Amino acid sequence: MSDTVIEARGLTKRYGSNVAVNGIDFSVEAGEVIGLLGPNGAGKTTTILMLLGLTEADGGDVVILGKDPVRQPLQVKADVGYLPDSVGFYNNMTGRENLAYTARLSGLSHAQAAENIAAALEKVRLTDVADKRVSTYSHGMRKRLGIAELLMRKCRIAILDEPTSGLDPQSTRELLDLIRSLSRDGMTILLSSHILDAVQSVCHRIALFNKGRIGFLGTMEELAAKLGGGAFIVDVEADGIDLSKAVKSAKGVKSVTPDGDGQWHIETERDIRPELGRLIVQAGGDLRNMDLRRTRLDEAYDRFFKEYGNEA
Amino acid sequence: MKREGSPFKGVMTVALKEAADHMTSARMHLIMLLVLLTAIGAVYGAINHIRDTTSEDPFLFLKLFTTAQQPLPSFASFLGFLLPLVAIALGFDAINGEYGRRTMSRLLAQPIYRDALLFGKFLGALLVIAIALLTLWLLMTGLGILFLGLPPSGPELVRSIAYLAATLVYAGVWLALAMAFSTLIRSAATAALAALALWLILSVFWSMIAPLVAGAISPVDPYNPMTLLSNFETQQVIARISPQTLYGEVSSMLLDPSNRSVGPIFMSQLQGALINAPLPTMQSLTIIWPQISGLFAAMVLLFTLAYTVFQRQEVRA
Ligand SMILES: Nc1ncnc2c1ncn2[C@@H]1O[C@H](COP(=O)(O)OP(=O)(O)OP(=O)(O)O)[C@@H](O)[C@H]1O
Ligand SMILES: [Mg+2]
Repeated sequence: MSDTVIEARGLTKRYGSNVAVNGIDFSVEAGEVIGLLGPNGAGKTTTILMLLGLTEADGGDVVILGKDPVRQPLQVKADVGYLPDSVGFYNNMTGRENLAYTARLSGLSHAQAAENIAAALEKVRLTDVADKRVSTYSHGMRKRLGIAELLMRKCRIAILDEPTSGLDPQSTRELLDLIRSLSRDGMTILLSSHILDAVQSVCHRIALFNKGRIGFLGTMEELAAKLGGGAFIVDVEADGIDLSKAVKSAKGVKSVTPDGDGQWHIETERDIRPELGRLIVQAGGDLRNMDLRRTRLDEAYDRFFKEYGNEA
Repeated sequence: MKREGSPFKGVMTVALKEAADHMTSARMHLIMLLVLLTAIGAVYGAINHIRDTTSEDPFLFLKLFTTAQQPLPSFASFLGFLLPLVAIALGFDAINGEYGRRTMSRLLAQPIYRDALLFGKFLGALLVIAIALLTLWLLMTGLGILFLGLPPSGPELVRSIAYLAATLVYAGVWLALAMAFSTLIRSAATAALAALALWLILSVFWSMIAPLVAGAISPVDPYNPMTLLSNFETQQVIARISPQTLYGEVSSMLLDPSNRSVGPIFMSQLQGALINAPLPTMQSLTIIWPQISGLFAAMVLLFTLAYTVFQRQEVRA
């Protein structure tokens, strides 16, 4: 049996007359990686803040690990790590000292803290600069220090607000690898991001935020199905044929989009490359190339917000 | 709604970190230098004055605190003036500084209550002030012994230590005020200015404002001597809104044993009293107790204000 670690019901936050989060319900299972997506101002950060008790909800309730974050905040916070979108440190202290301070606050023993900190700094490749003042760190280094703090605390749930913003490609890849390995070790991770292929590569499920509501929550395949499209895309390069007409009616084809210069994207429900190849050749076309891939999140995302973006 | 877990978890961690920060900060070094120079000047002036005019005063040591030689003020009065500055310097960016550095959400995501952060910061700064005061006090005693050649007597020690404790409470009032401003106002510079403005009003202009307001509330009728008394009492009540006034009364009672009252004295009260005979220490303390409680209450009140506002604040940075 899988167990629910985060459960939110009817979560609401109002700023004056502006409803930032409008009655959100969702639940997260242990070990899941959930991506929170949505345009700026959709309410992702506000939702995260309410989960952590950093802002008061105007309505609804949350249960994290079977506990109420309002009544038992210490027990909840002991198991939940948070990386804010703009993470800051004490500039006059070194990276290691900054972590040591939060380690003391979170109740780690001195020896345990020193060990965890060294291991965490190693993982985010900050060991070399660990004893330099944070004032000499770049933006990405601070972000990585924030991630090291999460690792050091060894929480059961990690909530990351835009963890990839400001990271170089190598660090982004390393972070994604890290998230995967943490998830394999049983950590539940909630992350918000605008980098869609990063989200797609690590998240089991995604939540699309739209004007304070969750417009969709589920897997990529479910999203594709909801949008009435196929889960796969075949990129075809062929000459001497108009695929838009030729394969439109073939079985399993959802749509055909020309991409200029003898290229097409064909949305399909399953892998129909053999049938497609035969069709093209039979119709007298020269088949140059055919690639199967899954629907990219950015394509689904665009479609979603074209279809549902104007809903109130 | 009942919360679980101790609100004091983490208080000492925060307090020690804050104290260490203050001890090493350039801001604190500068202001302590100012205090130290002024203190040495005041004591030096006092020693000269005492040497020139010395009589058989049984409380020579306490005179070190209260004797002023123009143009310098006495040690006690300059402490009453400068200490708020020290407290404001330590407290004006306590809370908004964490927002500004964007460390607040990281801190509050740790398993501690907000109470612990606020209280820890207060304790840390108060600890630093206590250390500074103790150093000053030891310095004074040392200088006194060195130049006047006499150690403080028992009652003098008790009085000066009580004075030290009252001074700490007085500093606590200003610290709580500065921290309240740092919670209410997001910009540290604005919070500092607001606290400094209040300090100027309460310590410099209040003695001018009080008689004006008292004159408006209970005017003096030249044919009725009782109105004179009620005017004076109104004036005193208004003046006592300023912690400066309360502290001034406390220090004059504690440091000058011949002082018998902080209010008007009637002839009937003086009957049988030996003019200028020193009051026993306990009696001085009893007389001044309302003032000390008043200062303490102001401190608690301001801290509670900061606490209430801080509890409900949204932490987005
Ligand atoms: N302190 C505040 N006062 C008033 N409105 C606010 C405040 N903070 C956020 N909002 C509003 O709440 C809404 C949700 O903001 P939120 O920060 O949750 O968005 P987000 O999804 O995290 O966006 P982004 O992708 O830009 O980080 C926005 O419309 C914003 O204008
Ligand atoms: Mg956000």
